[in-house]
Amino acid sequence: MSVDVSNYVVLAAVMFFIGVAGVLLRRNPLIVLMSIELMFNAANLALVAFSRVWVNNAGHIFVFLVVTVAAAEAAIGLAIVVALFRRAKNVDVDEVAELRG
Amino acid sequence: MTLFWILAVILIASAVFTVTQRSPVYSVVGLLTNFLALAALYLTLNAEFLAIIQVVVYSGAILMLFVFVIALLSSGVGPFREGPDRLPRVLLPALAASLAGLGFLVYAVARVPLGPLPAHRPTSTLGQAGAADVFGSVSDFGVALFTTHLLPFEITALVLMVAVVGVILIAGDAAPLPTRGRHRKAAREREPIVKAGR
Repeated sequence: MSVDVSNYVVLAAVMFFIGVAGVLLRRNPLIVLMSIELMFNAANLALVAFSRVWVNNAGHIFVFLVVTVAAAEAAIGLAIVVALFRRAKNVDVDEVAELRG
Repeated sequence: MTLFWILAVILIASAVFTVTQRSPVYSVVGLLTNFLALAALYLTLNAEFLAIIQVVVYSGAILMLFVFVIALLSSGVGPFREGPDRLPRVLLPALAASLAGLGFLVYAVARVPLGPLPAHRPTSTLGQAGAADVFGSVSDFGVALFTTHLLPFEITALVLMVAVVGVILIAGDAAPLPTRGRHRKAAREREPIVKAGR
C-alpha cells in the first residue's frame, strides 16, 4: 500500500471532529443530522482502512451494519423533525424542551 | 499517493462546507460531494462493494430523504432557515472541545504508528480492485456476509424493521395529539400534511 494507514485514520479523525463541531454548533436539526452522518462516515473510513491492513473483511461487514444503522437513524431523526414541525411550526433544537420535567 | 491527498482535501473541504452552510440544501450538496469522495477512497482501499453501497445507499437513499424533508418543511411556510443559527455563547467551548478531542486522537494515532503490518489472518487474497474473488470484491463480501457473519446480517433486518415501525409511529398521521399544556392550541390547529382516507 503506497499510503500509510495512519493517514487514513487521521483523515477519519478530522472528519469525525468536524461532525462533532457541527452537532455542537448548529441549531438547525437537519444540519445536526447531517453532521451525525459525517461522524458515521468517518468511523466507516477508519473501519475500512483497518480492514485493509489486516486483509480481513470483518471490517467490511461491520461497515455494512453501520450503514444500515445510519439509514435507520436518518429515517427516525427526520421523522422526529417532521413531527416537531407539524406540532409547533418551529424547528430549533434549543427550543424543543417539551420533555423537560 | 496523489489521489489520496486530492480526495482528502475534497473530503475535508466538503465536510466543512456541510457544517458551515446556512441553508440545509447547500449542506446536502456538500454532503453529497463528501460521500462521493469517500466512495473513491474506499476504492483505493480495495473495498469496491462498499464503494457501491456508499453511492447507492447514502447518496441515493439517505440524501434523497433529507432533500424530501427539506422540501416538505419549507413548502408554503417560509424558508426553513429563518432565525439565528449560531450559538455565540457555545462557539468557543464547542470549538475548543472539538479541537481537543481531535488533538487527542491524532496524538494517539501518531504515537503508535501502524505502518504496513504483516497480514494477520487474511480472509482472502489481495488483488487488483475489480478482479473476481479478491479481497473486497462482491463475491468476497457476499460469502463473508452469508456464512461467517450471518448474525449481523439478521440484526440488520431487525434494525430496519424497527426503524420502519418507529417512523410510522412518530410521523404517521395517527400520531397521538398532545392534550395538555401549552401546545394544546397548536395541536388543535394542526392540520395533517397528508389527509388520511378514513
